[in-house]
Amino acid sequence: MNLSISKNRIPFFKAILHVVFLYPLASLYVGAFYDRLGADPVEQVIHFTGMGALNCLLISLLVSPLAKLFKLSSLLHFRRMIGLYAFAYALCHILNFLFFEVQFDLILFVEEIFKRPYITIGMTAFSILTALAFTSTSKIRRKMKKHWQKLHNFTYLIALLAVIHFYWSVKSDVTEPLIYFALYGVLMTLRYDSLRRWSQRFRSR
Amino acid sequence: MLIKRSKTTDLKEHQVTDEKLYLERRQYLKKMGFLGVGSLLSGTTVANVFDLFGDDSKTDVFKQRDLNYQIAKASTEILTPEIKVTTHNNFYEFGAQKNQPAELSQGFKVDPWQLKISGEVEKPFTLDYDDLFSSFKIEERIYRLRCVEAWSMVIPWVGFSLADLVKKAKITSKAKYLAFETLYDPKQMIGQRNRRLGGGISYPYIEGLRIDEALNPLALMSVGLYGKTLPPQNGAPIRLVVPWKYGFKSIKSVVGIKFLEKEPPTTWNILAPHEYGFYANVNPKVDHPRWSQRSERRITTGGIFAQNRINTLPFNGYGEEVAGLYRGMNLRKYY
Repeated sequence: MNLSISKNRIPFFKAILHVVFLYPLASLYVGAFYDRLGADPVEQVIHFTGMGALNCLLISLLVSPLAKLFKLSSLLHFRRMIGLYAFAYALCHILNFLFFEVQFDLILFVEEIFKRPYITIGMTAFSILTALAFTSTSKIRRKMKKHWQKLHNFTYLIALLAVIHFYWSVKSDVTEPLIYFALYGVLMTLRYDSLRRWSQRFRSR
Repeated sequence: MLIKRSKTTDLKEHQVTDEKLYLERRQYLKKMGFLGVGSLLSGTTVANVFDLFGDDSKTDVFKQRDLNYQIAKASTEILTPEIKVTTHNNFYEFGAQKNQPAELSQGFKVDPWQLKISGEVEKPFTLDYDDLFSSFKIEERIYRLRCVEAWSMVIPWVGFSLADLVKKAKITSKAKYLAFETLYDPKQMIGQRNRRLGGGISYPYIEGLRIDEALNPLALMSVGLYGKTLPPQNGAPIRLVVPWKYGFKSIKSVVGIKFLEKEPPTTWNILAPHEYGFYANVNPKVDHPRWSQRSERRITTGGIFAQNRINTLPFNGYGEEVAGLYRGMNLRKYY
C-alpha cells in the first residue's frame, strides 16, 4: 500500500480539512442565532467551542506520531493548520464568554479571569497558544531558527493546561476530563524519546 | 360585553419558540458531530445510534393532566417558555446534562405514589397520588427560579403552601428542621444506577429547611406548571419550590418529609461543602468559589442574542418576605 501524498494533492486535502473544521463552527452559530440549541444556547456555544479547541489541540499532537508510524512525512503539512484551528476555536470560546455569558461586563470579565483558578489556567493556556499562532508563519519560523522549536514545544504545556481547565470546570462527575487526561498521557508517551532528549539537552546546559 | 381575560400562562406571539424548529435540536447537534468524547461513551449511545435511523418523535411522551387551580395575578416579568422550562433541567437522577432529564425520564411512573410525613409529628401520615392534588388548596404562583449556576427562569408553578402540610402534620416542640427525600429507584432512574450519568452524587437526594423557612408563605409544594401536572423532568408528581434559595434546594419527586430536631446533612453540601451551603439563599455578595453570583442570565425565548444578563437580587428579590428569617445571621458564614 502506498500511503504517500503527492505534493500537488495537498491543497485538495487542505480544503477538505477547512470544511471539516469550519462547518461545525458555522452551523453552531446559525443554530444559536435561531434558538435551535436547546434552552440555553449560551452554555452550548461556550461548551462546544471549548471542546472543539481541546480536540483540535490533541489532534495536532497526534500528527507527528502518525507521520512516524506510517512513514508519511507529508502529514506534517497539515499540522500548522490544525493548530491554528485550535487557536480559532479557543478564541471563539473566550469571545463567547465575553459576548454572551458576561455580556461585555469587562470588570466582571477581568475579575473572573483572576479570581477563578480554572479560568486563570485556561487564559494562561490561551496566551501561550496566541504566541504560537502568531509565530506560525514559515517566514517567522525561518527567522527564529532553533528558538522556534523551543517555543513551539510549549504546545505540550498548553494541552496539559487545557485539560486541567476542563477538569476544574466540571461540577461533579469527572469521567470525561479523566478520559482527556488519559489521551494526553498517551500522546506524551508516544513522544517519550524526543521529550527525554529535549529535557537532557535542557539540563546539560 | 365580552371581556377576554387571558390566563397568566398564555404566551404572547413573540414569546413562542417554534416548537418544530426547537425539537430539531438533537438532530442538529448530531449533524455537527463535534461533541466531546464523553458523548461517544455516554450510556445513551445505544439509543442515539438507533435514533439515526429512527425518529425522536416516536418515543413515548409522559402524559400531563390539566389541573384546576386558582390563577395567579398577572406577572410583570416575561415567563420562560414552557418548552425551555421542560427541557433545561438539573435532575441528575435522569442524567447530569441539562437536556437529558427530558429525554430519559418519559417512562417515569408517578401513580401510584406515596409521600410519607414522619419524624417529630403528632400525626404521621401518607399522601397517595390523588391526595397530592386534593388535600390542600391548589393555586398558581409565578416565581423566579435562580440556579446556583447563575442562570434563571420565571415559572408559573401550581401547588400548595408547604405551611399547610406542616400544619396538618401537627409538629412537636422538637421539630426544628425538615429533611426531604427524593425517590430512590435505580430501575426507573438511570442516573442512580450509572454513576457517570448520575453526575457522581450520592443517592437518594436529600434536602432540608429550617422549620420557620418551611412555614414561610412563599415555600411551595408544587404539583404542576403551566396549568398541567409536572412532567418527570421537573420533579413529578410533587416537588419543593423555595424561590429565595438556589434551585438545588427545591428538591424533586419527593417521597418523604421528616421533621427533625437537628439540621439534616444535604446532598450537595456533603459533596462540596465549600461550594454549596445548607442555607443556599440567593446572595449576590457571596460568590460561588468558581463563578460570580452578582448577576445571572435570564433564560427567555429567542436565540443567543436574547439571553439577557441581569443583576441578581438578595434573596432572589423576595427579601421583603424572607429577610426577617435570617436577621442577625452572618450570611457569609451561613451561605
